[in-house]
Amino acid sequence: MSRIVIDEQRCKGCLLCVEACPKTIIVASSRFNAKGYKVAEVPEADMEKCTGCATCAKLCPDVAIKVWRTVKSKAKENANVG
Amino acid sequence: MSAKRIFIKGNEAIAYGALAAGCRCYFGYPITPQNDIPEMLSTAMPDAGGAFVQAESEVAAANMLLGATSCGIRAMTTSSSPGVSLMQEAISYMAGSELPGVIVNMNRGGPGLGDIGPSQGDYFQSVKGGGHGDYRTMVLAPATCQECYDLTFEAFALAFKYRNPVLLLGDAIVGQMKEPVMPREAIPIDPTEGGDWKLTGRGERAPRLLKSLFLEDGALAGQNQHLKNKYEAMRAEVRYEAFETADAALIVVAYGSIGRIAKSAVRTLRAKGLKVGLFRPITLFPFPEAELRALAGEGKQFLTIEHNLGQMVEDVRLAVRGLADSEFFGFFPGNLPTPEEFEAPIRSALKGA
Amino acid sequence: MSEELVFERPAALADVATHYCPGCQHGVIHRLVAECLEEFGVVEKTIAVSSIGCSVFLYNYVLVDTVEAPHGRAPAVATGVKRARPEAFVFAYQGDGDLASIGLAEIMHAANRGEHISVVFVNNTVYGMTGGQMAPTTMIGQKTTTCPRGRCQEREGGPMRMAEIIAGLDGVAYSARVAVNTIKNLAQAKRAVHRAFETQVSGEGFGFVELLATCPTNWKLSPTKANERIAKEMIPGFPLGVFKDVAKED
Repeated sequence: MSRIVIDEQRCKGCLLCVEACPKTIIVASSRFNAKGYKVAEVPEADMEKCTGCATCAKLCPDVAIKVWRTVKSKAKENANVG
Repeated sequence: MSAKRIFIKGNEAIAYGALAAGCRCYFGYPITPQNDIPEMLSTAMPDAGGAFVQAESEVAAANMLLGATSCGIRAMTTSSSPGVSLMQEAISYMAGSELPGVIVNMNRGGPGLGDIGPSQGDYFQSVKGGGHGDYRTMVLAPATCQECYDLTFEAFALAFKYRNPVLLLGDAIVGQMKEPVMPREAIPIDPTEGGDWKLTGRGERAPRLLKSLFLEDGALAGQNQHLKNKYEAMRAEVRYEAFETADAALIVVAYGSIGRIAKSAVRTLRAKGLKVGLFRPITLFPFPEAELRALAGEGKQFLTIEHNLGQMVEDVRLAVRGLADSEFFGFFPGNLPTPEEFEAPIRSALKGA
Repeated sequence: MSEELVFERPAALADVATHYCPGCQHGVIHRLVAECLEEFGVVEKTIAVSSIGCSVFLYNYVLVDTVEAPHGRAPAVATGVKRARPEAFVFAYQGDGDLASIGLAEIMHAANRGEHISVVFVNNTVYGMTGGQMAPTTMIGQKTTTCPRGRCQEREGGPMRMAEIIAGLDGVAYSARVAVNTIKNLAQAKRAVHRAFETQVSGEGFGFVELLATCPTNWKLSPTKANERIAKEMIPGFPLGVFKDVAKED
């Protein structure tokens, strides 16, 4: 299971990641960070659907997302190169 | 090699002086009456291992100067009045970012397109900071081709010493006339100059930033205080020529080519027994206030002669305030003065002395 | 099964929050720039020229020696820097007002001279920092604070397509237009920034890349709606593509 970690204090709630995620697992949360932005999140139950494609991270204007990819087979790894 | 005098124009002397001082970047644009400078440097600068760019405008040239000096390289631009007007924004930025650009203005007639002859109409522009904001540039005013060479040569060290733009204010007379000039030994380029601020690529150190934007509360005030301190420190660089002033009843105050022409008039009148002298500021900023004030304190009277409608005279009056005043004789831009034409105003001022 | 970190910020990009608005794509483009500087190994010898606009604070985010240029003059300042220090890697980063309005002479001539510099041009069809005025790249019918009834061809002329104009100059080694609105376009954008930097490193000459970007605040759209505008309106008017690449010429 790959996963992402969103730095909630850096997130500006632009939601470009929500639109971009090919697995549509990122959503707008109901939480506000210290700056008053409503941050994005991946509900815990949906994180297992993450493929580690890093589309969200690459399109994030605040570079607020880190991505870990689970290394399974070589074929799957090559397919996810973004 | 340096013992041999060369017979050159003031414009050429500026180019030679810059090269000898280690100037290795020149950015310019054609404008009369200073085209000899870019024409000469278009080959001499690359031959010396430097870079020459004829820029698309004076705006661009002044900004190229900003870029080159940000790297700690001795660099220069030259122009004449209307072109220097275009450079004012960049000069303000260089002053605000503390960059050692050397800018040469061969003053021509104005305002607007004016003419291609000499005038001193750019005194205010040069000395009072022609661009926006509270900044000053050191202003050096040559009267001879030798001074064109020497003051240009020294301008670079002064610019780096104070991390501030230095302006050389000549005119069409000194730019176009030819005189023997004694060149100096070329100095080697000092690679450590500007070592603590210049941009070189960060390497192993923290990145450096050269800017004039200070948005945080109090930051711009701090920067302005720093600049103010610097401009006061520049007073140490005052230069002037005092000719026959000791026992003079009337001091003629004039700078640049006009100072030289006035000197001839003063000499002639002295030979006729009139007690006149000449005070010729060579640095227009810092202005030799203390020296003028001392003369005023001795009870002397003043006549300021300029090739404009009255600009430096304001600074003369400020310097001698409370002790004396200065009369003014302005030769209009568009006309070429001779020493004889200065004699009547000097006599007239002396009568009142 | 083990996991590996496949995405984090490049070291040359400061780990600080930016002042940019939510959804402003300057942040993405800054990251591409930082990544390319690292890929070429030139971070230590880079001198950046920042310009006037929202990106004036570039120097807080991309950690290289930087000099601030007056509005529009970055290509001239960059020329001075590169001529003074030819061994440095020099890039200018400009918005559409800075580059295509007040700075048009400077970019045209730096490109025409074939200066060995790279220019990153961020086009969001509006003056951002000053509150949303019309820019040379504002599109016909687009409303801004200085054309509130919509830009009109007769009154204001049409938008300038800079990547094509720059490509027409002999001194230019590479000129392209890209976008960062989709992952596919982003990959092409990265390649374009890379190539525009490569032409300096390789000595081929002047490299130019125009990146279409959002300005949600001044377009008065949400970040996601603003991003949709890139595909819906901007790309049709500002076609993506490589307009010049000397490596591909015969």
